[in-house]
Amino acid sequence: MAIKKSEAALDPLFNNNPIALQVLGICSALAVTTKLETAFVMCIAVIAVMTLSNLTISLLRNQIPNSIRIIVQLVVIASLVIITDQILKAFLFETSKQLSVFVGLIITNCIIMGRAEAFAMQNGPLLSILDGLGNGVGYSIVLLVTAFLRELFGSGKLFGVSVLPLVSEGGWYQPNGLMLLSPAAFFIIGGIIFLIRVWKPEQVEMDG
Amino acid sequence: MRHNTFYTIIFAALICVVCGVFVSYAAVSLNERQVFNAALDKKTKVLEAAGLVEADESVTAERVEELFANIESVAVELETGNELADFDLEGYDQLKAAADPDRSVAAPENASAIKTLPKVAEVFKMKGSDGGLEMLILPIEGLGLWGTLYGFLAIDGDLTTVRGITYYTHKETPGLGGEVDNPRWKALWPGRRVFDDDGAVALEVIKGQAPPAADAPYQVDGLSGATITARGVSNMIDFWMGDRGFGKFLDKLRA
Repeated sequence: MAIKKSEAALDPLFNNNPIALQVLGICSALAVTTKLETAFVMCIAVIAVMTLSNLTISLLRNQIPNSIRIIVQLVVIASLVIITDQILKAFLFETSKQLSVFVGLIITNCIIMGRAEAFAMQNGPLLSILDGLGNGVGYSIVLLVTAFLRELFGSGKLFGVSVLPLVSEGGWYQPNGLMLLSPAAFFIIGGIIFLIRVWKPEQVEMDG
Repeated sequence: MRHNTFYTIIFAALICVVCGVFVSYAAVSLNERQVFNAALDKKTKVLEAAGLVEADESVTAERVEELFANIESVAVELETGNELADFDLEGYDQLKAAADPDRSVAAPENASAIKTLPKVAEVFKMKGSDGGLEMLILPIEGLGLWGTLYGFLAIDGDLTTVRGITYYTHKETPGLGGEVDNPRWKALWPGRRVFDDDGAVALEVIKGQAPPAADAPYQVDGLSGATITARGVSNMIDFWMGDRGFGKFLDKLRA
């Protein structure tokens, strides 16, 4: 097999980050990053779904008829997402309420379909698990950095614990309301992409 | 790899069955816990409106049950204001009922963009130590800026003094209309009065700051930068406390 295990797991972190380089999964990155707690739970859910879907698809890759492979991938992913959603509702009710539809929308998260189709259909189970984990963690890094900045500067808190005391609660910090709105996530993710490309200039896309 | 059509159909059917089994197993086995969570969540919100627990306080299920011991949920027929003693509220969801044509009626014209009203509303009565009505907690909802706000308003046994307000779902802008969640703003509510001396709904959210409850019993501070949300709050108080909402029920309680 041409791909090394370490590459499958580590490449997606910075070299081939699903959000920063492939610019996939942006929609959920905007929606769940106003607080670290929701972002964290979302990350765990995505990592779990992506790893398991990659594993399942990889195990079935020689049995799946080519003509219906996309719909089979979708059925597997959708089932895993529904199960994840049910588990969250049963054990992390508060957080699941805040994540609301976005857990269900993991189904349409392009990263997961993309990895199933591009990687798990061609590679063995172990490599596919590593690839799923790697991409999940790559997605999580961007999400958590974004959520960290948005929660800290938008509400003066980290994981719901007050770090910068707000003016409205008798402190000194005037929160930046923009951070709580979706555009802030665009600015931060754009900043992250910029920093990664300064660090790794080979990722810069040239015209023509 | 080539597969014939028959194989493809069998494969598709098998995948559906296997995935279906997993999903149904998860849904059925976790259902009990989810229903319990949803019920606990509702009770916590009611206690929040009643001022018995803080908004950010994490309370255990036992504590909620303990605080809920004095509170009973009562089914109220909105049209007549009658309490329905034999109506089963176990698992009753007023919002689902409002969306069900058999269990709802078209709402009268209102500024809160409420289209249908459930025939039966679930309200909560808290008994005092003397057995009388200590507090009444009523569900309220209405349009803000971006969407509908859902919450509870708690009023005293005198049926006019506010004891607390809380919203459990809304889509208002964080930092502006979203400040309806701010404990400091919610703390301005207790002590205000809903009805004036003529029995009309007088409580409203004004622009700017309102004096303390003793001097301005019918006014609550506005939310800066959130005029439309504040107006929405006023509208929904006017709707739910008036005759189109719980007015008849409150009249019967007074009688």
